[in-house]
Amino acid sequence: MTVLSLRDLRITYSTQGGPVPAVRGVNLEVGTGEVLGLAGESGCGKSTIAGAVLRLLPKSAKIEGEILLDGQDVLALKPGKLRALRWAGASIVFQGAMHSLNPVQRVGDQIAEAMIVHRQAQEKEARTRAGDLLQMVGLPARRIDDYPHELSGGQKQRVMIAMALACNPSLVIADEPTTALDVIVQAQVLRLMKSLQRDLGLSMVFITHDLSVLVEVSDRLAIMYAGKIIEEGPAEQVFHDPKHPYTEALSAAFPEIGDARFRHRPSGLGGDPPDPMNIPSGCPFHPRCPKAFDDCPTHEPALYEAGEGRRAACLLVEGVRAPATGGAG
Amino acid sequence: MGGAYIARKLLAALFTLFFVLAFNFFLFRVMPSDPVSINARSERLTRQDIQEQLENFGLLDPLPTQFVRFVGNTFQGDFGLSFVTGTPVTAEIGARVWPTVLLVGLSTLLATVFGVLIGIKGAWKRGSAFDTTSLFGSLVFYSMPEGWLGMILILIFVGWLGWFPAGGYTSGLESGFGNIVDVAKHLFLPCLTLTLGYIGEYAIVMRSSVLEVKNEEFVATARAKGVRDKDVRRHHAVPNALLPTLTLVFYSFGFVLGGAIIVEYVFSWPGLGALTYNAINDLDYPVLQAIFLLSSALVILFNLFADILYGYLDPRVREG
Amino acid sequence: MGLTPLEAQVGPPEQPEGTPGDPQAPRSARAIVWGRRRHALAYNWSLYRHNTQGMIGLVILSVFIALALLAPLIVDQAEITPADTTGVPLQAPSADYPYWLGTDNFGRPVLWLLIWGARISLTVGLVATVGTMVLGSIVGIAAGYFGGRIDTALNAFTNWFLVIPWLVLAIVLVAILGPSLGIIILVIALTSWAGTARLVRAQTLTVKERLYVERGKALGAGNWHLITRHILPNVFPVIFANTVLTVSLAILSETTLALLGLGDPNSVSWGTIIEEAFNSGALTAGYWWWLIPPGICIVLVTLSFTMCGYALDEILNPKLRER
Repeated sequence: MTVLSLRDLRITYSTQGGPVPAVRGVNLEVGTGEVLGLAGESGCGKSTIAGAVLRLLPKSAKIEGEILLDGQDVLALKPGKLRALRWAGASIVFQGAMHSLNPVQRVGDQIAEAMIVHRQAQEKEARTRAGDLLQMVGLPARRIDDYPHELSGGQKQRVMIAMALACNPSLVIADEPTTALDVIVQAQVLRLMKSLQRDLGLSMVFITHDLSVLVEVSDRLAIMYAGKIIEEGPAEQVFHDPKHPYTEALSAAFPEIGDARFRHRPSGLGGDPPDPMNIPSGCPFHPRCPKAFDDCPTHEPALYEAGEGRRAACLLVEGVRAPATGGAG
Repeated sequence: MGGAYIARKLLAALFTLFFVLAFNFFLFRVMPSDPVSINARSERLTRQDIQEQLENFGLLDPLPTQFVRFVGNTFQGDFGLSFVTGTPVTAEIGARVWPTVLLVGLSTLLATVFGVLIGIKGAWKRGSAFDTTSLFGSLVFYSMPEGWLGMILILIFVGWLGWFPAGGYTSGLESGFGNIVDVAKHLFLPCLTLTLGYIGEYAIVMRSSVLEVKNEEFVATARAKGVRDKDVRRHHAVPNALLPTLTLVFYSFGFVLGGAIIVEYVFSWPGLGALTYNAINDLDYPVLQAIFLLSSALVILFNLFADILYGYLDPRVREG
Repeated sequence: MGLTPLEAQVGPPEQPEGTPGDPQAPRSARAIVWGRRRHALAYNWSLYRHNTQGMIGLVILSVFIALALLAPLIVDQAEITPADTTGVPLQAPSADYPYWLGTDNFGRPVLWLLIWGARISLTVGLVATVGTMVLGSIVGIAAGYFGGRIDTALNAFTNWFLVIPWLVLAIVLVAILGPSLGIIILVIALTSWAGTARLVRAQTLTVKERLYVERGKALGAGNWHLITRHILPNVFPVIFANTVLTVSLAILSETTLALLGLGDPNSVSWGTIIEEAFNSGALTAGYWWWLIPPGICIVLVTLSFTMCGYALDEILNPKLRER
């Protein structure tokens, strides 16, 4: 059963300097109970996709393609149905729990608000359930009366997770939920999310730029670059046996302790992510690619088959110049 | 709310008040007040009269003695006698307090309420016709000298349309309910002037505040939760935007008092502003001194009130 | 992307690498810094040019400043002297120049009074503001930079001035010191500096936190050096934007004092024109041409300064920019 389906998704922002293509044709599917990890550097379009699923992008952003959530065409929904879908169909765990909570409202009320707005509970019951949710994320129930500034970064992130689960959504999108936390807290929050996902059978999209984090949490990985998916497949395989040079560089940048690969070779990727208004010709990665050759600037690779359930958009992948059936680059 | 917080603010207020007292005292003592210069400006008193007054008011004693006496008197509520009328200053002020309270109180209330509402609506629908118009209107009224605005309103509504009386507090002809209506008619234009003078500033401030808050992440969170637009505004944006605006409104009270002086002058409204103006012309120092002190104390009070209100409304500040 | 829409339109600021025309020659540190400053100035100007609000304000101001500067050439000074004027008193506007706006109670053409008055109104506004900014900046920077007891003392000092209602203090000072132009300018500066001081202090504290000041201290730089080379240049943009807004307040203050009869009786300002009209019964008699135009001039000039100030604030203070 597919919970989320993106087909040929293209998103363009309108700015005074011209249109900025943030997402240039993405196809993704998330099945029930599955965790899809979405990785890439800043500006590759992953957060844009998160915002697009619930239509939270600015009005000037142009969205083309198809977004199906629980079978519903999100882009065609009227405002009333859209609001009903938000949080109950899919919810988002935002990054930077620093400012994602209303500073003058108690956290319990903020969690309860979601339930009340969706008519899932009245005030008193909502408060009780908010307390239950907090316990589920490892906080004492009495903290529903706390204000955000009374909580630590890690605790605020737990509140965000609790809030995201308030309306029993079909899909939870976690947008860089651990980026702003320090390493130890990060590990705690990740462990929490993993166990919740397992216990509740949540379908998740986990967005981050830190590949090592994703490997722990995800079933499948999709790597984005310059608004497109350039590699996807089962998480462990993609991380330990990357087919695309970018994925290779990305996984080398976030070493896992104990993995012999990282012991001797220097890691890191030079250069900057491409400016969306100025994407390089052919394969967008070629200016930074250590394995680029003559065809790269002129031929844009599609997503080619690269093994069991794996695809990569690189001319070096086996079966070069024969695009995979059904793949859209 | 944190007792330590209130205590700190109260202490600071008292501290400031004391220094205002000292400043007040020295200002009026240090300024030229010798008989010759006074005589040159006020033809009502002869040289001997003045000398007598100076002795009576103890103005010829050494300064430190005067200061101690001054502080003592102030705490007893004794501000001396008016140079001009000889009646106690407190009586003079007492007679004029109510018209000013009525005028300033009502205007400030209206300007704040409507300014805030206009600011919210303009910010929420940024770039709309309402926003552009109200922003422009706010800027224009903010740029107007209140005195001149009052004159223009008189020109239009009294001279041309004849809807309202030209000035004063009451015509004294009515009684009971009729009197209230009469006062209201006299109050309308000065109140309108003062309100328009400040509504622009408050609207602009609230608008900026809401615009800043609108871009905060927690507003995006609220929308993502499926909260309706007007509830996002009401429960998330406005409470956070209101705090700094209210503080600014209270802090600007000193300017409102200044506006009251000129408006009372233009409309012959018999309040403290008019009293101040007359006292200047007559160099009635005791009256001036008391008004100076009173208005400073009021501003300190309002600032203190603003700080406490902020502490009450913003949970981050409350904990002392 | 980090660029605001305006910057995207104008183009991001580029750092000049070397002197144009001679890319090989080494440049002194000073030359590089000044090159960068000139470049920043040109860049900010191009940003400003695209700000509608700011440009409208600038245009209106230029007109008034031009009129003020050209006043001696436009206005026949004899005509605006009560004793020597040849016009008929209290005439409504007519088509004959210079009587487009009628005459006052002496028969002086209102149009010329307005142009002549621009000189005083603008001068008082600008000079008083300079005084305000200088006083406010010195106190604000000193308080923010030195901290500790100096800060507490200066803060208390600033707070008293903030608390005293400006008009009451101004009236008292003018009434006692005399209503000459210099005194009025002084009085306005004395009653306005505190607001600026508070703003400057806050900005100084922010700048002081920045690492390069700490590094400067570690290098053994003296206070004067740190203040003039590090603090001042970074506080300056905020000061400048605030200055423009302060001019508006100064002009309004001068008007209010004039309306109360505390203006300089020997000079013509827009405020004194209104005051004369008021005291000559213009309200009851309906001499609208005498009463309305000076106020409109004040509103236009004040509005322009405010609009320029807001535009500058947007450019120099990134937080306020439209997202």
